[in-house]
Amino acid sequence: MERPVDFTQSYDVVIAGGGNAALCAAIAARRGGASVAVVEKAPRFYRGGNTRHTRNMRCAHDSATETLSGPYTEDEFFDDLLRVTQGKTNPDLARMMIRRSKDMLTWITEQGVRFQPSLGGTLSLGRTNSFFLGGGRAMLNALYRTAESLGVHVVYDAEITDLELDGTRFVAAEVTTPQGKRRLPGHALVAASGGFEANIDWLKEGWGEIAENFLIRGTPYNRGSLLRTLIGKGMQQIGDPTQCHAVAIDARAPKYDGGIITRLDCVVFGIVVNRDCQRFYDEGEDIWPKRYAIWGRLVAAQPGQIAYIIFDARSLKLFMPSLFPPVTGASIEALAGKLDLDPAALRATVDRFNAAVQPGQFDDTILDGCHTEGLTPAKTNWARRIEEGPFYAYPVRPGITFTYLGVAVDDEARVQLAGGGRAENIWAAGEIMAGNVLGQGYAAGIGMTIGSVFGRLAGEGASSHASR
Amino acid sequence: MQAAEFVMPGQRADAADAAHQSHLDEAERLMTVCNSCRYCEGLCAVFPAMEMRRAFTAGDLTYLANLCHNCGACNSDCQFAPPHEFDVNVPKVLAEVRNDSYARYVWPGFLAPMFHRNGLMVTLVAALSVAAFVIGFAAWHDPAVMFGTHTGPGAFYRIMPHNTMVAIFGAAFLWSILAIVMSCIRFWRDIGEPAATLRDPEALAGGAHDAATLKYLDGGGVGCMNDSDKPDDNRRLFHHLTFYGFMLCFAATSVGTLWHYLLGRDAPYPWWDLPVVLGTLGGIGITVGPLGLLTAKFRRDRQLMDESRMGMDVAFIVMLLLTGVTGLALLFLRATPLMGTMLALHLGFVFGFFVTMPYGKFMHGIFRGLALVRYAAEKRRHLG
Repeated sequence: MERPVDFTQSYDVVIAGGGNAALCAAIAARRGGASVAVVEKAPRFYRGGNTRHTRNMRCAHDSATETLSGPYTEDEFFDDLLRVTQGKTNPDLARMMIRRSKDMLTWITEQGVRFQPSLGGTLSLGRTNSFFLGGGRAMLNALYRTAESLGVHVVYDAEITDLELDGTRFVAAEVTTPQGKRRLPGHALVAASGGFEANIDWLKEGWGEIAENFLIRGTPYNRGSLLRTLIGKGMQQIGDPTQCHAVAIDARAPKYDGGIITRLDCVVFGIVVNRDCQRFYDEGEDIWPKRYAIWGRLVAAQPGQIAYIIFDARSLKLFMPSLFPPVTGASIEALAGKLDLDPAALRATVDRFNAAVQPGQFDDTILDGCHTEGLTPAKTNWARRIEEGPFYAYPVRPGITFTYLGVAVDDEARVQLAGGGRAENIWAAGEIMAGNVLGQGYAAGIGMTIGSVFGRLAGEGASSHASR
Repeated sequence: MQAAEFVMPGQRADAADAAHQSHLDEAERLMTVCNSCRYCEGLCAVFPAMEMRRAFTAGDLTYLANLCHNCGACNSDCQFAPPHEFDVNVPKVLAEVRNDSYARYVWPGFLAPMFHRNGLMVTLVAALSVAAFVIGFAAWHDPAVMFGTHTGPGAFYRIMPHNTMVAIFGAAFLWSILAIVMSCIRFWRDIGEPAATLRDPEALAGGAHDAATLKYLDGGGVGCMNDSDKPDDNRRLFHHLTFYGFMLCFAATSVGTLWHYLLGRDAPYPWWDLPVVLGTLGGIGITVGPLGLLTAKFRRDRQLMDESRMGMDVAFIVMLLLTGVTGLALLFLRATPLMGTMLALHLGFVFGFFVTMPYGKFMHGIFRGLALVRYAAEKRRHLG
């Protein structure tokens, strides 16, 4: 039974957002006995922010399960986090989150979420990550069904556009709906409304005009208005506006919401050139799962924020297919013509690369050591001459997955004040506070771990506060 | 729509081909999208089978379409489903390709127009069939016999002689079996699976198991999506009632035939006798099951369905339902003066059902069974 939010009443817990973190908070708060209103900006179909596009979550576990191929200890998880963030994390929060992630697999299953073994097309995560059966939207649908059956009220097409505070105490939210502005009073607020990656103007504050050329891989609804309001009202900011998860995605993807199917896994099999037909980075530096997340920034640094992955017929079937077919040319010059690149310049770059390739045994399953000599930048693995037509290319642009700038929280997911101390009745969970754990970098599935663990904590904390 | 009523048969075939091609093109686009996502791979057989391919021929798409049970889970799980601009609607598009495939492989080929307005065609055949039996009986017998009360062994055969019944129904049944087998051969060749697979006992057992349990009509474990994104398992339950009801009716007829020829015992049989017990349970199945399926169909989210083929689906379900209802009515009224009339109605619907089997929704079970056999073989080959 779906029940809409009743704007004539006051709720124990008001939740901003409608994704994984928000729903975990809503369910936990409702199970704690609180009345709960979920305020989701998106229409019903697009509900759930970037959770719609997710596929798995990373939780520590001491032994293999039906859907996980082996143990993944807290220490190993922590080491992985330190590695990907290069130490830019709050270690206490991270440790706490990882410890609580162990229980999350059971808890989230109890909320109706189902998992499957990792099968095809994934980045070798079968041991560490739990895959949602049917993907992120299936997971969301399960959480919504559970929340609704518990009596959580949900309003769609509604955005919290301002907060009424008494000092640092949350009193009511101003909710903008298609019917106009409404006041929604509550005893506690959980801010779980995501980052600001769909707000190009905000991205420009960090990146400058080039942000105009970025594509946003996920929801168009994450515009960060509540985040901005919180910071404006004295909550402590964490991170800076350039920090984000960005990969190189197909340049033909729509501006927003292209999701997983616009990604490209073929950088390692060819060369990547900018619009001047120049290479700019070692395409074979490491295995793709460890390198895909640096290519968004690399392409962002190129003129026009565009690049082209060039490869030949031998590599066509070595990687996962994607939404758009590659651009094809019988010759390098013909390919360049279709890409609006200078044919002679592309020819010269390919010839220089081919001449530098050293003999070796190509093997796409290992770091095969096939490399170039005397070329800058070098290609250090999977360097194979690009010589067998037809030739293929994918144009790529930076695709922003999510942003890290957020509000600071403590180990109860309580929002911290810029002037010290913490807000009396405001919690935060998910992307809006991910920067506390992820100062930079990313490892698959951590976003969902942050959302679930901090969401549940926030919901429990908010409901016990409201019942006091 | 009105103009479509008056087009020449040849033009209508061209239009059907064009529609079929556009369904195939859309299915190919979707499988390319899905193959680069793969989030749904745990839901059913379609997506793992898709992952075994990078490109999709018309035969591949027909195979995948018939593998799909239209549970709808992938639609409510899909981040790119309509209204998203990628417009990924796998259940609907595969339903279109699947429904096209029944006409595409029909034997003899000149009967393909049976599928153009299948609901109407099946209704016409059924009506003609019922009318033929009613008029035939009325013309044959004087009213004293037709509306007399007949009891004891051989009572039915005083209305219609046993040998006549066997000749008419045997001929109809054999024709339908022949037509179905020919369609299957065309289907199997077109999807590109070697004939040897049909002699592979493991593949046959795997396919039979998945078909008998409707393994893939469960949305990956929670049930079908119906009028909302809240699943339930009712369609599977009602389909089981229908399918096993149908099989029980078939068994009842088979046992009756054995009783007649081996034991020399004539119908009607007493209520406790095996053919009646099987037939009664089966009749309840094909009455309750189709009622449930019809209700579910009318309430279902239109986004999941090939609405243009609603007539075919409904005609098939209603034929089963009427066969069941008239059969049960015959059982209850067999010792009354209405027996003759009920027999005519029941035999009319059974005959209509038999002769339309190769030319309607009945084929879904046959092609899906074959697709499941192929999937069982393919899965084993793929996993090595």
